[in-house]
Formats: sequence, C-alpha cells, structure tokens
Amino acid sequence: MATVATPHEEKRGFLARPGATYGFMSWFTTVDHKKIGILYGASALFFFFVGGFEALLIRAQLATPNGQVLDAGAYNQIFTMHGLTMIFLVVMPLGAAFTNYLVPLMIGARDVAFPRMNALSYWVFIFGGVFLYSSFLLGGAPNGGWFGYAPNSVAEPGLNMSYYAIGLLILGISSTVSAVNLAVTIINMRAPGMTLMRMPVFIWMTLVVQFLLIFAIPVITVALIELLFDRQYGTHFFDPGVGGDPILWQHLFWLFGHPEVYILILPAMGIVSEILPVFARKPLFGYAFIVFSGIAIGFMGWGVWVHHMFTAGLGPVTNSAFAITTMFIAVPTGVKIFNWLATLWKGQLKGGTPLYFSIGFVALFVIGGLSGVTHAVVPSDYQQQDTYYVVAHFHYVLFGGAVFGLFAGLFYWWPKVFGRMLSESLGKWQFWIMFVGMNLTFGPFHILGLQGMPRRIYTYPDGMGWDIWNLVSSVGALMVGLSAVLFAVNVLLTARKPRNAPADPWDARTLEWTTSSPPPEYNFEEIPQVHALDDFWHKKYTESPAGDLVPVVAGASDTAALKNGDAGEHEKGHGGGHGIHLPSPSYWPIVLAAGLPMMGYGVLYDWKLGVAGGVVLLVGAYGWILEPSVAEAEPAPALAAASTGSEADHG
Amino acid sequence: MDDAVALEGEHEEHTSTGLPTQKIAMWIFLSSECLLFGALITTYLLYRGRSTVGPYPNDVFDIPFTSVSSFILLGSSLTMVLALSALQHGDLRRFRIWTLTTALMGAAFIGGQVYEFTTFAKEGLHLDTNLFGSTFFTLTGFHGVHVTLGILMLLSLVGLTYSKKVTEQHTLSVELVGLYWHFVDVVWIIIFTLVYLIPDPSGGR
Repeated sequence: MATVATPHEEKRGFLARPGATYGFMSWFTTVDHKKIGILYGASALFFFFVGGFEALLIRAQLATPNGQVLDAGAYNQIFTMHGLTMIFLVVMPLGAAFTNYLVPLMIGARDVAFPRMNALSYWVFIFGGVFLYSSFLLGGAPNGGWFGYAPNSVAEPGLNMSYYAIGLLILGISSTVSAVNLAVTIINMRAPGMTLMRMPVFIWMTLVVQFLLIFAIPVITVALIELLFDRQYGTHFFDPGVGGDPILWQHLFWLFGHPEVYILILPAMGIVSEILPVFARKPLFGYAFIVFSGIAIGFMGWGVWVHHMFTAGLGPVTNSAFAITTMFIAVPTGVKIFNWLATLWKGQLKGGTPLYFSIGFVALFVIGGLSGVTHAVVPSDYQQQDTYYVVAHFHYVLFGGAVFGLFAGLFYWWPKVFGRMLSESLGKWQFWIMFVGMNLTFGPFHILGLQGMPRRIYTYPDGMGWDIWNLVSSVGALMVGLSAVLFAVNVLLTARKPRNAPADPWDARTLEWTTSSPPPEYNFEEIPQVHALDDFWHKKYTESPAGDLVPVVAGASDTAALKNGDAGEHEKGHGGGHGIHLPSPSYWPIVLAAGLPMMGYGVLYDWKLGVAGGVVLLVGAYGWILEPSVAEAEPAPALAAASTGSEADHG
Repeated sequence: MDDAVALEGEHEEHTSTGLPTQKIAMWIFLSSECLLFGALITTYLLYRGRSTVGPYPNDVFDIPFTSVSSFILLGSSLTMVLALSALQHGDLRRFRIWTLTTALMGAAFIGGQVYEFTTFAKEGLHLDTNLFGSTFFTLTGFHGVHVTLGILMLLSLVGLTYSKKVTEQHTLSVELVGLYWHFVDVVWIIIFTLVYLIPDPSGGR
C-alpha cells in the first residue's frame, strides 16, 4: 500500500498532491472518471444487496398472515430504508456509475469537465449513504416512507426522520455537484465533429437526467430543510395547528418526486437504446424521435406531479388537468417503446445477455407503463391509492424497467470496464430466474391491490383472501434473491479469468469500443474525429446496393487497426499516451466531503460537532483551491508522461 | 469551491461551444439556485397573512433601515463590476481595492441583517413564534448565508492574488464569483420587493 507519493517539498498547498494512480490508496484520491465510475458501481451493487436483504425481510414478514419476523416499528424502518436504499443508493448511483464511466468515452473526451468535483460527488454520496445507515445503530432508521409525508414525519418522536432529512440533503448535494459536472462535460467537451445530433442516445438521456437533477434537487432540498427545521427548531411549516399546511410537503416532495422517477428510468432507457441496435445489427429506429421524446419526457415530467395526490382533495379541476398531462406523458414513452420494437424488427438478432435484459426491460416496462396509465384515471386511482396495485406498478417500472436496463448495461460494458467477459451462460440463468422471480413477486401485487390490501401494513389477519398471493410473492422474492447471488458468483468467477476481452467484443457502434478494454488512463491516444452518428460502425461496415452489410476493406474491421481511430487521416497518436496531460489525484474531495456528515451529526447531537464539520469543510475547500495543479514527482515511470510537461507548455 | 472550479483546467484550448466550461457550469449552478430560492419564496408567499399569532410583518419591519442596507448590497454589484474591469485592465491594486469594497458592502448588509434579526427577536419574533417567523427567517437567512459565502469567496480572491492563482491572465475565477454575487443581489431585489414592500394582506393585524 506504499504507492502514495512520498511527501516532498511544495511551493504552495497544504500537502503535496498525491501522484500514485494505482494501488489501494489511489482509490481514495483518484479523480479518474473511470475509477470513480467503478467506485459508484461497486457501492451501488453493495447497497443493492443490502436493499435486497431488506426486501426479503419484508417478504418474510408478509409471507403468511400474522407474521412474526418483524414488529411494526422494525417493519416501518425496513420498508422505508428499502425504498430509500433502492432509489438513492442503488438506482441513482448505478446510473451515475454508467454516466461517469461512459460519458467521456462516448463523447471522445479524456475526462469529465471537473475531475475533482467528480470525486467529490462520489465521496459525498458514500458519506450520505453511511450517514443514513448509521441511524440503525444510533437509535432508529427513518420510518416514515421514502416520501416522508408531513405531519407524521414531523410528529415522529425519535431522530429517525431527522436522519432521513439530513441524509437526503447530503445525497442531494452529491447529485447536484455531479449533475452540473456531467451536463457541462456533455455540452462543452465533445470530440470534434460530435454535434448534438450525433451523440449516442445514452448521452442524450444522461443530459436530460442531469438537467432534471439540477432543477429537482433544490426543490426537495427546500422541503427537507423545512421538515428538518420543523423537527429540530420548532418552525411551523407543516403544522396545521397554527396555519401551516401539510399539503405543501406533498407538493414540494412530488414536484421533486416525479422528475425523480424519470431520473431513475432515463439512464436505463439510454442503455437499452445503445444495446438494441448493436444486437440487432441495424441502426436505432428513429434516432431523432427517441432523442426528442426523451427531451419531451424531461419537460412534461414537471407537469404531472399531482397524480400522486389525487386523493389529497385538491378538487376536480386540478385532478382533471393533471390526469390529462399524465396521459400525455405516456405518448413520448410509447414512442420510445415502438422505436425499440422497430429496431429489433427484421434485425439479425444475435443472442447475448445484454439483449435478453434489454428485451426484458421493454416487456416489463410496458406492463408497468400500462398500470401507470390506469393511475392517471382519477376515479380508478381513488380505488388504487395506497394499495398494493401501486406497489406493483412502480416495481414493474423500477425493477422490471430500471434494474433490468442497468443489468443489461452491466453485461454489455463489463468487458470494456474490466477487460473480462462475464459468463454468458450464468448471465442467461440469472436473466430467466430474475425474470420469472420478478413477475412472481410483483405480478400478484396487482391482484392483492385490487382486492384491497393496503400498502405499508406490517401484517394482516387470516381470511382476507390475501394469503396465497402473498406466499407466491415471497417465493418469487427468493428467486430474485437467488438471481442476484448468481450475478455475484458470475462477477467472482469472471475476476479469475484472464484479461482477454477484445476492444470491441459486441461489434458495436459507439466510440468507447474504439479504445482498448479496459481503456488506458487517457482514454484515447488521439482524440477521435466524428463524421456521423454511429461513426465507428460506418468505419467498419458499408452497405451493398442490395442493402446488406459489407465490411469496409483495408483491414478496418480489424480492431487493432481501429484502435487508432482516424490513424489514416491524422498523424499517429501520442505513442502510448506520452505527453497527454491528465489531472493528478487529490486528497481534498474526500476531506471536503467528510465535513458534511459531521455537520449533519452536529445538527442532531451537539453544535460543536457541527462547527468542527464546518471547519473540515473549509479546510477541504481551501486545500482544494491551493493545491498545485500537478503532482511534482511521478512515482510510476509508465504513467509519468501522463501528467508532466503540459503545465509548463501552458505557462 | 467555485474558485477551485475556475482554477482547474483554466487553460482549456478547445470547447464544443467556444465558451469557458467553468462559466457554463456556474450558469447551470445558478439555475439550480433559482429553484432553491423559488421554493423558499413560494413557501413564504403561500403562508403570507396566515399567522395565527403576532408579531406580524407590520409590527416589526423597519422599511427605511432595510432599504438602506438593500441599497448597499445592490451598490456592491457596481463595485464588483469595477473590480473585474480593473483586473482585466491589468490593475491589480485597484482590483484588490474594489474587491475588498464589495466584500465590505456585503458585510455591511449582513451586519444589517444580524441587527434586524436581533431586533425582531427582542420584539418577540422567533423562528418558532408563528408562520411569519418560520418563513421569514428561513428565507432571508438562506439568502444571508449565500451573501456570507460570497464574501468569503471575494476575500479568497484577494488572498489568491498574492499566491499568483488570480492574476491579470486569470480573470475567469473573478468573473465566476461576480456572476454568483450578481445573482445573490438579484435574488435580494425579489425578496425585498415581495417580503418588505408589498403590504401584507392581513394588514398587520
């Protein structure tokens, strides 16, 4: 572990800038978007197992009437933490893992716009997650549902919901920092020739998501601050006794909460839009339609939030207006579904786990989307509100949709990230078990919901007619758990395989496949020149007059030649990355991030701790500003070229 | 943190839009801030005139006093512009003077806010007194925190001129802090108008 740069004399800065880009310690100081992407992914998968364990506890409790696994208090904490974990600590960061890793590679850049801010957003995220989970040890986890409805969330006596408020505030900071960073990266750091309408769909969806985050997070921030002040400082924002209005919480929460569901699903839609054309071996059908419907979803997502509040009593005019906007938002979503189907239509489908998960995504998302439309019908929603029917709906879109899409992406980009192919046969086993298990778990919720089983009850008596479907659901949950274990086994077995994945194992279309697997630290030897949408594909294939694919001659279909991109047109690259300037690692993002949970505990326990947290934050910020722009001595000769020299060039 | 952003990769040769990456980032960040203040202001307006016990706005507001401190804050936008212009013209001494003046005017505004808050507290208005107290202190308090962070950034800029991180050739970080500062001023115009100048519908019962 002695790979951190040895301290040496510095002209300025509190500490020498760390130089090492490999070894255990380098993970704490890295600013490489690829390593940060891996950190996001590993953390999210860890939390996926934690949240999955919580789900199994819930299903164990509800498998039979009068379940004894959890008491009411523990059940409230477990189902709340299950929701918070899966949304904020699994799907969002797993999406962030893909965006962090892939955005620079797909737009032909060497890193994101602000590499240290990228590290900061990861560390703030992980500290936020740890803060949230520390509540289990410190007197009780959040127990008011992920939506934390006031006034219950205010009246709850323990610190549980204060952990909720502060934990989500910290995670919101992470999302905002990351969103600004990635949005700017996409807007301003595209390779020459990569116009907006030549960007991969995944990049487009990522851009929309970043803007949703930028505008949605401040709204929940205000709501959480008001909740926290009500709880800790005696304000009356949601206190109906003196004129406050709990409905304000619902408005603010869902004004964030509905864009949030698109924040969760759009990255998965982007992933599927990348995978389907590759496995169908034809272009994405209606690229512009998919892009514009993604943008339309981004805008329309702001005008539908009241459909979460139809039973709150806002009146028939409001409810009708939002019923109509909600039905309208199904249009751009439907456009995408049909475009994906048309992409597959008459394609030369080659099997592969990414394709399996992508088709699973489309199928399950359609089911979830259709039950979603039934919620848009106000009288029907009156019947469904707070029943398991709603639980069925959002698990079909979030598990069947987002999680299947993300697994498709994991199988698809795994060889690019780690240089090793995940086992296809284990992957297909995982897919089928997960697919069947998922439908067994969440399918019966439709029936239970229509039979009137309410959400968030910790047990139910015998003889309600709910027994059999609850048992089926719990068996299904075990299958989903088994499929997740299969994935873990697959990852462990793959880690022992030799690192021999080719640069372009799937015969793909986008820029990340032009560089080696895994990519070098500097991503591309020569920044690629982009001439068309799916540029890489057009370098490999052309069409015969009959419309058949014909490999381009002159060895261009050979991945080794393709590695250099436009090697024919431009002078040869930097030769192993010599002279490419990359940002040096930094200690300060993790230091700065550590201040936030300290301030959080300070609010809850002792103001002195909060002040100390503020000091850590400031020390981190000033250390950040004052640190030299590169490490002075280079510990590893092979990597030395990456970070010396260019600073002198620029003065 | 924003200064740090500016310093990182300031030598960017090529960008897709031709605009500096840092400046786009600051604009995006400020657009996010709009929603933050938007939600806080909405909460204030929603609860205007709904307090069930006093003190009410008309019992505590001292409009001439707040007008003066508001005027000082708005004036600091001018000195901010002069500071940036001085640096762009290579006049480091004037840059320091105008930046410190801007910070001082911001500090005067914050001093006025502290005085105002303590006076209100003496007159019986606290965070937990009524809806007016809750919404007023939260909204103006968050604005005050923003101004305070701005002052910290301004002082840091002056400090960084001595370590050559801010020079005649590196004016972007000053521009970014300037954008932030002007934004905070504009938000205060909105808050001052909506909170202080438009009469409370309850007529200050």
